Amino acid sequence: MKDIREDIAWAKINQDVMKSLENPRPLYWVILFFAVLTFGIGIGCEVYQYQMGMGVANLDNPHVWGLYIATFIFWIGMSHSGTLLSAILHLMHADWRKPIYRFAEAMTTFSLMTAGLFVMVHLGRLWQFYYAVPYPNERWVWPNFQSPLLWDAMAIFTYLSSSVLFLFVGMIPDLAIARDNMHSGWRKKLYTLLALGWEGTDRQWRNFRVTYLTIACFLIPLAVSVHSIVASDFGMSQQPGWHVTSFPPYFVAGALYSGCAAIITLFIILRYVFKFEDYMTLPILKKIVRLTFAIAMVWTYLNCIEFASVWYSHDAVSKDLLIQKMTGPYAPFWWAMIFCGSIVPLVFAIKRFQTNIPVLFATSLLLNLGMWLERWMIVSPTFSHGYYPWTWDHDQWPSMIQWGIVFGSFGWFTLLFMVFCKMFPSVSMYEVKEMVYHRTLHLKQNGASEQTVEQGVH
Amino acid sequence: MSVTNLLNNWAAVRHFHPIDDKPHDPYKWAMAIDLDACIGCNACAVACYAENNLPVVGREKFQHGQAMHWMRIERYWNEDSREFPDQGAEFLPMMCQQCEAAPCETVCPVGATNHTQDGLNSQIYNRCIGSRYCSANCPYKVRYFNWYDYPTTDNVWPAEMNYQLNPDVTVRGKGVMEKCTFCVQRLRAAEVTAKGEGRIVREGEVQTACQQSCPTNAISFGNLVDPESRVYKQWKAQQVDLAKDEQEKDKREGGTDLRGYRIFEDLRPYPSVMYLERVRESAV
Repeated sequence: MKDIREDIAWAKINQDVMKSLENPRPLYWVILFFAVLTFGIGIGCEVYQYQMGMGVANLDNPHVWGLYIATFIFWIGMSHSGTLLSAILHLMHADWRKPIYRFAEAMTTFSLMTAGLFVMVHLGRLWQFYYAVPYPNERWVWPNFQSPLLWDAMAIFTYLSSSVLFLFVGMIPDLAIARDNMHSGWRKKLYTLLALGWEGTDRQWRNFRVTYLTIACFLIPLAVSVHSIVASDFGMSQQPGWHVTSFPPYFVAGALYSGCAAIITLFIILRYVFKFEDYMTLPILKKIVRLTFAIAMVWTYLNCIEFASVWYSHDAVSKDLLIQKMTGPYAPFWWAMIFCGSIVPLVFAIKRFQTNIPVLFATSLLLNLGMWLERWMIVSPTFSHGYYPWTWDHDQWPSMIQWGIVFGSFGWFTLLFMVFCKMFPSVSMYEVKEMVYHRTLHLKQNGASEQTVEQGVH
Repeated sequence: MSVTNLLNNWAAVRHFHPIDDKPHDPYKWAMAIDLDACIGCNACAVACYAENNLPVVGREKFQHGQAMHWMRIERYWNEDSREFPDQGAEFLPMMCQQCEAAPCETVCPVGATNHTQDGLNSQIYNRCIGSRYCSANCPYKVRYFNWYDYPTTDNVWPAEMNYQLNPDVTVRGKGVMEKCTFCVQRLRAAEVTAKGEGRIVREGEVQTACQQSCPTNAISFGNLVDPESRVYKQWKAQQVDLAKDEQEKDKREGGTDLRGYRIFEDLRPYPSVMYLERVRESAV
C-alpha cells in the first residue's frame, strides 16, 4: 500500500491533470446539469421570497430562525476541512495531502461563498445588508460591536478572503504549467494572467514557499475562530439549548467532521469524473477515512459532554428542552442525527470498508446528512420549547420555499465547484511531483527493502 | 455613535446593569398589571391594534403564528382535564417588558434596538435589517416581525380603511421587527408639552392605549420616578425593586400577602412591568 506510484513520469502528471481541464467523463455534464437545475429552483424561490416577504418561508413567532441559519452553519462548517488539509497538514508535512488539498481548499472557498448567501437570504431586508458593515458614513452610525452576528460577518469575510488568497497562491506554479501546456485561446490568456509571470526560478520558489507558509499559519487560527464565532451566535444568547459553554469546540469539531465527510464524497466523484485514479489513490482515501473516524468520535464525545452537563445541571429549562428534543416533534430528526453522526461512522472502523468506494460514498453522504440535521437540531428545537410556555404549542414546518432555497444552495455549491475543477487544475501538479520525488528518494535510501519504505512514507 | 465615543466612552453608551446606570431623571416609564382584575376581555389588544397601526393578518396567517399582536392575552388552564367553563382559565396580558438590561439590545447587529433615557426599549424601523436575532434572544417572545408587506402587497388597509391609521405612528413595511413601545408617541407628545411648560409630565396626563381601554383598571402606567404616581405606589407597596432579580414575595417562606413579581426575573433582564399575582379563593 503506497500513497502514489513512484514510476509516474513528471510529464505524465502534467498530461493527466491537463486532460482534466479538457475532457472529463460524461458524468461531469450530468452533474453540472443537475447543479444548474437545483440552483435555478433556489433562485426562483428566493425571488419569490424577496417579493413577498419572509412569511412565505413559513417562519413565525417564535420560530424566527429556521433552515436558513441551520444550513448557513452547515456550509460554514464544511469549509473547515479544506483548511485542515491544506494548512494544518501542510505544517505537519503530511505528504499524502498533496494530491487532494487543492480541491479541498476550493471546497472551503465555495462553501464559504454559499454560507454567505444564506446570511443574505435570511435577512428580512437584504437590500439593507450593508448596515451591518462598519463603513464610514456622514452620520457616524456604526453597527453594534457587541453583537455576535457582527463578529460573524467580519470573521466570515476575513476567512473567505484569506481562503481565496491561499487557494490562488498555492495554484500559481500549476497555473504556469497550464499556461505552458494549453493550446492558444482565451483560457491560455487567463492562465497567463493568473500565473503572474511564474518562471520557476530559485528566487521565485523561495518567495513562494515563504508566502504559502505565512498564509497557512494565518489561516489556521482564522478557521478556528470563524466557527467559534458562529458558535457564539448561540452560546452568547440566553436561550436554553444555545447558552452552552462547550459550543465553540463542539462547533469546530462538527465543522471538521462534516468537512471531512464532504471531502470523501468529492474525492470519490472527482476521482471518477476526472480520471484521477493514479493520484487520488485508495491509500490516501483510507487515511482521510481514518481521520474522519477520529473526528467523528471527538464529536460524539463532545455531544455526550453537552448532554451530561445539561442532565446534571440545575437548569430545568435546558433539561426540559433536551427531553423535548428526544421525545417531542423533532425526535425523529434528533435520533437520525445521533444515528448518522455517531453510529454510521463506525463503518469506518472496519478495515474492509475503508477502501470500499460504494460504501464510503453512501456513508459519507449519510454523515453529512447527520451533520446537517445536527445544525437544524441546534437551531429549531430551542424555538419550539424555549423559556416562554405560551410559545410551546406553536408548531412550525419549513415551507417548500425554504426547502427550495436550501436545495438550491447545494446546486450553487456544486456548480461553482464543478466549474472550478474544469477550469483549474484540481490536483496540485507540482506537489504531486514532489511526492513522487520524495518516494523515489526514499526507495533509493532504503535500498530494495519495500517494507521499510512502507513505514517511512507518510 | 462616533468613533471617539466608541473608544473612550463605551460604557456610557450601553447600559450594562440598571444599578450602574444614571438614575432615571426625570422619567422611568413602567407598568403594573393586576392579574386579579384582568378578565381576559382583549380590549387592550384591540386598542393596541387601533393605536399602533397593527396589521390584522387574517385567520390563515394567525394560525401560522404570524399575528402582530403587540399586546396579547395569553390563556392558561388550571384544570386541563375538566370541561369548559370549569377549566379555570387564567389570563396574562403580555407585551414587551421594556427590560432595563434587554437581551434583545445587545445582539442586534446594527443597533436598531436601544435603550432610551426614560427607560424604554426603542426600536428603529429604518435601521432594522431583519436578522431577527433580537426575537431569537427575547425570553418573552414579544417581538413581532413583518413577515409580509402588509400596507402594500397584502393590502391590510385598502382604500378608505387607510383613514383609520393613526397619523402619529409609522406604518411598517416588510422585513422589520416591531414590538410594544409603551405608546411612545403619546409619551413624547406629553413630554414635549410638559417641557414647554417647564414641568414634568404629571400622573394621569399620559395613558397607554391598553391602559385607557381596560374596563377593570387592571393596567396602571406611569413614571416610576414620580412618588405621586400610581405605578410607583404599587411597586412600593409590593416591595418590588427595579434593580433586583428576586423580590420579597419569593424570598419569604410560607407565602406572604405580597403579590408583586416580574416574569423571568432570574434571567436578569430587569423588566419594567410588574404583575400582581391573582388572588386564589383557596388562599383567602
